[in-house]
Amino acid sequence: MILGLEYGFMRHAFVAGSAIAVLGAAVGYFITLRRQAFAAHALSHVGFAGAAGAILLGASAYLGLFTFTLASALGLALTAGRLRERDVGIGMVLMFALGLGVLFLNLYTANAQSAMSILFGSIVGVTAAQAGLSLAVCLAGLAALAVMYRPLCFASFNPEGAQARGVNTRRLDLLFLLLVAVTVAIAVPVIGALLIFALLIGPAATAQALSRSVGGGMVLSMALGLIVTWSGLAAAYTIGYPASTWIATLSFAAYALALLWRSRRHAVVAE
Amino acid sequence: MNALTAAASPDWAIDAEGLRCLLGGRTVVDGLDLRIASGQFVGVFGANGAGKTTLLRALLGLVPVQAQRLRLLGAEGVSRRTQVGYVAQRDPVGADSFLRVRSFVAAAWQGERWGLGWSQAAQRNLAVDRALRALEIGDLAERGMDTLSGGQRQRVRIAQALVNPVRMLLLDEPLSNLDPQAQQRILLTARRLCSEQGITVLMTAHDINPLLPHMDRVLYLAEGRGRLGTVDEVVNGPALSALYGVPMAVARDAGYVFIHPAHGFMAEGAAHCCDPDHAASHREGA
Repeated sequence: MILGLEYGFMRHAFVAGSAIAVLGAAVGYFITLRRQAFAAHALSHVGFAGAAGAILLGASAYLGLFTFTLASALGLALTAGRLRERDVGIGMVLMFALGLGVLFLNLYTANAQSAMSILFGSIVGVTAAQAGLSLAVCLAGLAALAVMYRPLCFASFNPEGAQARGVNTRRLDLLFLLLVAVTVAIAVPVIGALLIFALLIGPAATAQALSRSVGGGMVLSMALGLIVTWSGLAAAYTIGYPASTWIATLSFAAYALALLWRSRRHAVVAE
Repeated sequence: MNALTAAASPDWAIDAEGLRCLLGGRTVVDGLDLRIASGQFVGVFGANGAGKTTLLRALLGLVPVQAQRLRLLGAEGVSRRTQVGYVAQRDPVGADSFLRVRSFVAAAWQGERWGLGWSQAAQRNLAVDRALRALEIGDLAERGMDTLSGGQRQRVRIAQALVNPVRMLLLDEPLSNLDPQAQQRILLTARRLCSEQGITVLMTAHDINPLLPHMDRVLYLAEGRGRLGTVDEVVNGPALSALYGVPMAVARDAGYVFIHPAHGFMAEGAAHCCDPDHAASHREGA
């Protein structure tokens, strides 16, 4: 059988990786649109602190991940209206979370491998339960995104126009950040807190360079996420080296090629 | 039928008495009486901070508003604000740069409703086509937002505000940074929307001259007060002097009007712009 799908760990990696790739690409499309990449980055580091804390207490890493990311998303959304410099506020949360994470790791010295797996992911170490959870969160997340799709589109391109037509943009902002938090929480243990952009931002940014429509761009983003994840897993299985490295490399390569293609197309149009 | 019942008739797009708009706890507009008939083109003028934007946003329910009487499009309060299209002064820079015009306009269609709206794709396309036609930019439909000129972009933004059925259009400084030709195109379009579709247009601007041939009424805001009327009623020395609280004069030349303080420019303004020593000390301080 190709790609080692006869092994349980590879099947779990494919299920969890695909689920995270699809949800990450769909949510990431709006993250890049709304210029909230920094918030997503901060949430992944908050997730790292949460996971480290949960491991220290002997609880499931997911408990810490969901608790910390959801609480931070709530805090970010509620203070957004008051913080003039939102990036500064996010940076503060990010810094504090990393400080906590270092403390938790310092206190829990028994297993350095667990820290590595939170930071850089362990896609081939995914359990059946993890794969199931990732798939369930992916489906629920996609459903939530479908429900808020139209107001989110409107508010992302024209927040004041959306407000004027009765869209509660603050509530929408909160709902979207909670969705980002949930996405980050399932992605961190698999792709890693530091490599999360490979699936959250890479495919979405590539799609926006290639497609000039929202619906088409989102479908392309999800397809790219799947291609990057599957190719990365296949390359790791057949060639070697960590799957996370392959996925990050392919995500970067796709983005670079898309930028090149777009600049060439623009040059042609300009002639 | 007496004057009072006529006042409440739905022919008024805006019927307000004693309108008071607040911005951050500060009263920006106070005691404003507005009666704007449906299908009229009204130019809204006044200095920076006079409350032009706040008034538009108040009519949309985005900032708190108090009034002895306020009816918008024939209904009490601002409940009919969903029948109002709004084009803000600015929009998030670059968010839409990769989109094509058609997708940008479509993004607002029924944007207040939940869900994907896939089943109504045909309706959405019709609405987008209609809005693009109304702004005479059907030829731009497949262009990228990043390839538009300033004037084209402004027309696309107005098309987005029109993609949902609206009876009133609030345009906040749509002419700023546009060349005279692009300004004329926007003004002619606004005029056409009024006369052909019966849409009421409120447009804020700084220079009254480009709007003179097109608008039905002038609303001048100053010092928290406002005066609505025809150009001749409002744009004259006595009316503007009462509004500003200082003697104002209006000079007319070759169809243009120039509004200025009656005794030259105000002393405090002159100190800032014309006194070289003063300007130099400002620069040193900065």
